[in-house]
Amino acid sequence: MDFRDNPKEAAFREVVRRWLDSNIPAGWGTPQHRMPEGTERLAFYRDWSRRLYEAGFVGMTWPKRYGGREAPVTHQAIVLEEMGRSEGPEHIGLIGIGMAGPTILAHGTEEQKDRFLRRILTGEEVWCQGFSEPGAGSDLAALQTKAERNGTAGFVVSGQKVWSSFAHIADWCILLARTDWSGAKHDGLTYFLMDMHSPGVEVRPLRQITGDAEFNEIFMDGVRIPSDRIVGEVGNGWTVAITTLMNERANVGFALLARLDIGLRRLVGLAKDTSRDGSRAADDPLIRDRLAELWMDFQAYRFTVYRAFSEFLKTGRPGPEGSVAKLFWSETNQILTKTALEIEGAYALLGAGSDRAVDGGRWQYAQLRSRGNTVEAGTSEILRNIIAERVLGLPKSR
Amino acid sequence: MDFTFSEEQEALRASVREFLLDRYPIGRVASIADGAGFDRREWREVADLGWAGISAPETLGGTGLGFLDELVVEEELGRALYPGPFLATVVMALHALVATGAEDLAGSIVSGERIATVAWAGVDGGFDTDPPPKVSWEEDGLSGVKLFVTDLRSADLLLVVGATVAGPGLWVVDRDSRGVAWRELPTVDATRPLGEVVLEEAPASALAWPDHRLLDVLRDRALASLAVEAVGVATRALELGVEYARTREQFGKPIGAYQAVGHQLAQAFVEVETARSLAYWAGWAVAEGTPEASVAAATAKARAAQASVAACERAIQVHGGIGFTWEHPLHRYYKRALGIASIMGTGPELRRRVAGYILDSDGSADEGVRSDAEAPGPMGATSESAAL
Repeated sequence: MDFRDNPKEAAFREVVRRWLDSNIPAGWGTPQHRMPEGTERLAFYRDWSRRLYEAGFVGMTWPKRYGGREAPVTHQAIVLEEMGRSEGPEHIGLIGIGMAGPTILAHGTEEQKDRFLRRILTGEEVWCQGFSEPGAGSDLAALQTKAERNGTAGFVVSGQKVWSSFAHIADWCILLARTDWSGAKHDGLTYFLMDMHSPGVEVRPLRQITGDAEFNEIFMDGVRIPSDRIVGEVGNGWTVAITTLMNERANVGFALLARLDIGLRRLVGLAKDTSRDGSRAADDPLIRDRLAELWMDFQAYRFTVYRAFSEFLKTGRPGPEGSVAKLFWSETNQILTKTALEIEGAYALLGAGSDRAVDGGRWQYAQLRSRGNTVEAGTSEILRNIIAERVLGLPKSR
Repeated sequence: MDFTFSEEQEALRASVREFLLDRYPIGRVASIADGAGFDRREWREVADLGWAGISAPETLGGTGLGFLDELVVEEELGRALYPGPFLATVVMALHALVATGAEDLAGSIVSGERIATVAWAGVDGGFDTDPPPKVSWEEDGLSGVKLFVTDLRSADLLLVVGATVAGPGLWVVDRDSRGVAWRELPTVDATRPLGEVVLEEAPASALAWPDHRLLDVLRDRALASLAVEAVGVATRALELGVEYARTREQFGKPIGAYQAVGHQLAQAFVEVETARSLAYWAGWAVAEGTPEASVAAATAKARAAQASVAACERAIQVHGGIGFTWEHPLHRYYKRALGIASIMGTGPELRRRVAGYILDSDGSADEGVRSDAEAPGPMGATSESAAL
C-alpha cells in the first residue's frame, strides 16, 4: 500500500503539468476571457483536443494500433487529475473516450475499431449517447425506439431520445433501440452506431434548471442504419450497454475528484473572505463544523476513488466501488454548493450578470447544477438498488 | 499508487480471522463479557502467534513488520469483538516502550510475559497531548488520578502519561505496587474493560523522553487503530443485517426485497466503505509519518466511529424486535461502536481539529486555487457539469 507516485509516475505528472501550464490559453477561466461562439467555439475545441492527443494525453490505455498509448492505467489517472486541477478546457470527446470507445473496444468488429477509435481520440469525430427516453429513464430496458429490419441493408429507426449531451455537435451516436417486441424487455434491444448526419435525425436543445442547454433531445424518423453499424449481436444490446454504463461510472472518478478538490478550496476561500458584523464566516463554529465535514467527505471520496482504481488495476474491470463513489460524490457536491449559499447570505440571491454577485454568481449556478448530480449517470435510488442487489446480495426489489 | 494490501497481509488477515473464529466465536465473547471477564492467561496464545510483537523489531523478539500489519490484525479483532488487551498493550504501550528505548520491558511485552496499558486521561476524560493531564512527580513517587484506562484489569504495568512543572513525561508503574489503588469501572461495552487508577506517591521510573512528537504519534496510532477496529465492527454488523434481510420474510417475501430496508443497508455500505478508505489512508499516513498523519487519523476515527454506530443502528432496526434483545449479539457490536465513538475524541472534538487544520493554517489546505472564475466547457457548461 502506497499512495505516492513512483518515479516514473512523478516524471509523467510533471510532463502533463508543464504542458498544461504552457498550452492552456492565456486568461482562460478569468472573467475577462471571452470564448468564441458557434462554429468558432467548436473549431477551438477540436483543435485543443487534437493537441491534447498529439501531446500524448488521450487514449492512455487503448491499443497503439487504434491510436492509443498502451500506457499504465495510473498514467490515465494522472492525466485526469492534472486536467481537472488545471481547470483548462476539456477534450471534446468525453462520450467517445469514456463510453463509445471502451464499448467498441470490448464488443466491436475489427472494421468498427479501425473506423472509429482513432477519430475519437483526435477529436475529429464527436459522439453522443442515445439511451434514455421520455418513458425510459431508470427503467432503461423499457425503451420504445423502434428499429425495423430493412431487408439486408440494415435497419430503419424511429423514436425519441433525451438527456443527450453533445448531441447538437455530435457526428455519431451510441444508440440503444428495440428490434424485438416479442420477449422480455431486456432481450429485444440492439446497440447501434448511428451517423448523426443521416437524414431523419433532428436535435433540439433542452434548457435546464440553470438556464443553460447542456442536454438535447434527439428525434429519429426513418433513419437508416446499415448492418455493419451494429455492436455485438442483434438482440444482445443490453449486455453491450452495460459495458457502456460501467465505464461511464468508472471513468469520471478522477476527474470529479479534481473538481471537488477545487470546489472545496474555493469554498474555504469564500469562508475566509466573507465577513458579516466584523467576523469572518471562517471563524463561525457552525460554518467551521460544516467545512470540516466537507473536507472529511472529500478525503473519503478521494481514497474511495483510489481504492476503486486499485481494484480496477487488479481485476481489469470497473467494480461496484464506482457506484459507491458516484453516489457519495453527488451528495457531497450538493452539500458543498449549498454551504456556499449559506456563507453568502443574502448575496446568494444574486445571479450571474449582477455586478454585486459574489464570484460572478458561480455558486448559485453550481448549486442549481448540483441537483442534476443525483440524477445523471444513474439516480441515487438506482445506485442504492445496485449496491443492495449486486454487492450485498439482497433479493431483487422488482 | 497502490491501495491494496499485499499477499502477505491478506494471508495474515486470513489467519487472524481463522484463529478468532475458532477461539473467540461471538457466543464465547458474550460469555466472557457477561461472566468473569478476559482471562489474562489467554493473552499468551496471541503473543505466541507473534501478534503482540508484530511490528516490534526482531532484536526484541518481534516480527519486524509495520503498523499497517498491526492494523490488519486490529481490524479482525474488532470484527470479532476480541475482548483482550491488544489496543492497550500492543498499539500504545509497546510502541511507547520501544520509542523510549525501554528494551527489556518491551521484550517482555513481545513475549507475552507482561501486559501493559497506558494511563492517560484524567478526570475530565481528555487524552490531551499538549500539555497532557497534570501529574505530580517528586522524589517519593508519582501522584495523580487516571480514568478510562483500557484493560487495566489484565495489565501488569501502567505507562502513565502526564505533565509536571518540568514538562511532559512518561512513567512506568507496577500496577500492584504500593501507592497504587485501582478498580474496574462498570462499562457499557463489556468487551473492553476500563479502569481507574489513583496514584499516591507510587514508585515509578521515568522513561527517556525522545521528543515532543511522541504523544502525538501515540494518539495517532490509537486513533487509526480505533478507526480500523470500528470498520471491522461495522462490517460484521452490516453482514448480520444483510443475512437477516435475506432470510426474514414478511408479507410473503424476504424483507430485503423492500427498498425501505434494502436502501438502509446500501447506505450503511456506502458509509462503511468510505470510512474504510479513510481508515486505511490514516494507517498508511501514520505508518509513513506523513505530514497529514494527525489530521488523517482524526478524520478516520471520527468517520469510522460514526459509520460503525450507524451500521449497528441500521442492523438493529432491520432485525426488528429480536435486534433489541440481550440474547442477540447485535447489541455487543453496537456498544463497542459507541465506545469507540466516545474515547479519545468524539466527532465534534475531532472535527474541531480538522477545522483548525483547514482554516487556521496557512498553507496546504488552500494552496493551488487557480481562479474564482468559471471555465466554460465545450457546451457552455460549467466545469462541474461537463463530465456527467
